[in-house]
Amino acid sequence: MNILVLLKQVPDTETKIRITSDKKNIETADLKWIINPYDEFAIEEGLKTKERLKEGTVTVVTVGPTRTVEALRTAVAMGADNAIHVKVEETLDTYLVAKALAEVCKKEGAQIIFTGKQAIDDDQAATFGYLAELLQYPSVTLAVKCDVSVDKTKATIEQEGDSGAKSIIETSLPAVIAVTKGINTPRYASLPGIMKAKKKEIKTYSIADLGLGSETSKTIDSDYQLPPERAPGKKLTGDITTQVKELVRLLREEAKVI
Amino acid sequence: MGNVFLIAEQKDGNIKRVSLEILSELCRQGIATTAVVIGFGDLSKVTESLVTHGASKVVVLENEVFTQYNTEGYANALHHYLTPQNPSVIVTGATSHGKDFLPRLAAKFATGIAVDCVSFQFTGEKVAVRRPVYAGKCSKQVAFAVAPAIFSVRPNVLQTQMASKSAAVEKVVGNPGTIKAKILSTVASQIKKVELTEADIIISGGRSLKSADNFKILNDCAATVGAAVGASRAAVDAGYAPHDMQVGQTGKTVSPKLYIACGISGAIQHLAGMRTSKIIVAINKDPEAPIFQKTDYGIVADLFEVVPLLTEEFKRLKSQS
Repeated sequence: MNILVLLKQVPDTETKIRITSDKKNIETADLKWIINPYDEFAIEEGLKTKERLKEGTVTVVTVGPTRTVEALRTAVAMGADNAIHVKVEETLDTYLVAKALAEVCKKEGAQIIFTGKQAIDDDQAATFGYLAELLQYPSVTLAVKCDVSVDKTKATIEQEGDSGAKSIIETSLPAVIAVTKGINTPRYASLPGIMKAKKKEIKTYSIADLGLGSETSKTIDSDYQLPPERAPGKKLTGDITTQVKELVRLLREEAKVI
Repeated sequence: MGNVFLIAEQKDGNIKRVSLEILSELCRQGIATTAVVIGFGDLSKVTESLVTHGASKVVVLENEVFTQYNTEGYANALHHYLTPQNPSVIVTGATSHGKDFLPRLAAKFATGIAVDCVSFQFTGEKVAVRRPVYAGKCSKQVAFAVAPAIFSVRPNVLQTQMASKSAAVEKVVGNPGTIKAKILSTVASQIKKVELTEADIIISGGRSLKSADNFKILNDCAATVGAAVGASRAAVDAGYAPHDMQVGQTGKTVSPKLYIACGISGAIQHLAGMRTSKIIVAINKDPEAPIFQKTDYGIVADLFEVVPLLTEEFKRLKSQS
């Protein structure tokens, strides 16, 4: 089975964000980069699916600048068989990223595609849906369990819903499955894996190689802003009972939120 | 402005408030809006509230298939209905369903998308939106190069407002097209919970709760004011709470009227997920906890002492009103 895992390299969650002087992006120099945490679950699910089926290849794919090869090598060190890099230096919008990924999925004959439910940088949570629609595949997001049938024609997915609800969804394959935290515990890279990853040949495409040379982004970003600083609040004083009574009074009379 | 469509969301014949929030803002900006509802059965309450909140026209896409939500079915039916209408803007709430079907719809229209916006502004024929990124550590403006502009709006950030208008309600057969992923069953949570992203009040617990059982004191407190209960990543990773309760950069981004953080130190990735709350309260033993720099009101004390007192005080308040 051809298992594809889509991943994105994002700034570490502890990153303090700074904005460029033209306000068109964030400062990316000196950032610590990680694999998007939700995509780590997708990598693990790809590897687990292969193990459960006892056959198949796991191919990881990313779209991004040269530095993103590191994320691919980390995934190979975790156990992925192949890696594909769609090399772009500028930032593409969700539409164009999905277009590029769709071309790669077609070339690779993907039978199941795993990805994280959203990337924690742009927070669009939209790539999986675009991609599935472009490929005319079904999509299931917020997956917390995914079982591929023995004949590999369908998958049964447990989906996390609102307010703690759970749904069981059955989908034909190929399909795009967007996973969330709770589906598995991603493994660490093994030492032999790290050695293998260093030497792994990574297939590279440009946007033009994928036949998308004339495509442009459909959205234009501008005016990045930091959120306004919150004014320092007040720490309440007195014994605990007094503080609690005062808090409730303030919430009711000053803040008017209860 | 041309043809603006709000995809209104309903569940069991009740409108989602975010749909009315968006509609009210469109009205304030003087934008004539067609509200489209997908569903089956008695939707009179839904269509009525859309009319009273200022829709110029309400269209119901009816089909028995839409007794329950379906990703492909919604995207197909909307595309089928909207294509001949030549839409210039399509907007919906950034709920779990809105976030799910909207990218598929955007792909069908070969256009761009902006998800989870906190404001939008029409200028003549164009709309520009602002959306938080990096879980709210910053935000950006997004403009659309082609029509239709497609975006979703975060719940709880815009105000609802009634409008004295009348509007026609039209029923159309919804065309769900081919559906490849089907919901076989849905089980609601055994405990009745308020959805975090749509809650007015959230009470969250951190690792200081020390166990899953201890979350009961937060649940009890939340029940008195109809609040949702959240958790920090540390509490989720320690197994005290399920992931769907996690607030922060690798969980949910929330903006309630009131956020009460109990035993949460205030890691940057947690603050990112709740900083747009209107009022933030922190209860923490450690006076140096970073959370106190972001809070409106702070109580430096043990949450195990404070929360039960708070529950009692909320109860007392409720009995008076």
